[in-house]
Amino acid sequence: MEEFKIIDHCLMVRLPEEIDHHRAGYICEQADWYIVKKKVDHVVFDFENTRFMDSSGVGIIMGRYKKISCFGGKVYIVHADRQVRRILRLSGMDRIVEVVEDQNEKEREKYEK
Amino acid sequence: MKKKGKNMKSEGGAKVINEMTLEFDGISDNESFARVAVAAFVSSLDPTLEEIADIKTAVSEAVTNAIIHGYENICGYGKAGNRRPDPQEIHPGKVRIYCRIQGDVLHIEITDHGKGIDDVEKAMEPLFTTKPELERSGMGFAFMEAFMDELEVTSRPGEGTKVRMLKKLGTDPWIEDED
Repeated sequence: MEEFKIIDHCLMVRLPEEIDHHRAGYICEQADWYIVKKKVDHVVFDFENTRFMDSSGVGIIMGRYKKISCFGGKVYIVHADRQVRRILRLSGMDRIVEVVEDQNEKEREKYEK
Repeated sequence: MKKKGKNMKSEGGAKVINEMTLEFDGISDNESFARVAVAAFVSSLDPTLEEIADIKTAVSEAVTNAIIHGYENICGYGKAGNRRPDPQEIHPGKVRIYCRIQGDVLHIEITDHGKGIDDVEKAMEPLFTTKPELERSGMGFAFMEAFMDELEVTSRPGEGTKVRMLKKLGTDPWIEDED
């Protein structure tokens, strides 16, 4: 289940397990409400639980990026797994948002090999 | 225990054909069902996790397109806490998925009888979208193209759209060329 939290003027969005068009509308609406009403500085998308994302997820990030960058804010992405990172790379999103490398994830992948 | 699919494939080079057809209401509630159903159908071929992810993403894009562009059912039946549209607004159209496994090649056909696409070439351009207010990325066809081996879109305005995709399974996975 998606979850919204404000920590140190940053909006933390914990994304659901699957991000598609059906889920995206609600996430966009909620995130925008926080950005406008709570005057957050940055947005952090947490993909820890996310196992599937399609172009609707790119739309969520792109839309939030457009809004927050008007106020000089940034968008960060944390805990993105390989599948999500691949979609971000393919859509060019990784060039406009900060994809935070996860040390644990890297080590886990090394260990799995 | 050996997987059935593997045995079938090696039988004297004859290509095994396995087909399925699925038809469901063109509402966004069914998007996740559609991609999971196709992924489950393919499981007899022992696909890698990456191949499954590719197929799920491509199916999700095509089905979402049929629902929100073909039938213009933007909100679906809604869920708790979400806006629920007037039932009369919902287009009763169905989305049809036809899959065929032939040897180790997966064919997918996703058909709708919605409003069709005026200019298919333009629609397939990355970042092009006719519904910018929905805040979707315009990357749908680009993703289908990237994740599948072949993509063919045929459409007639007023009659509907058919997306044909093909993916060869069991080729080298993309993990290996990552590092």
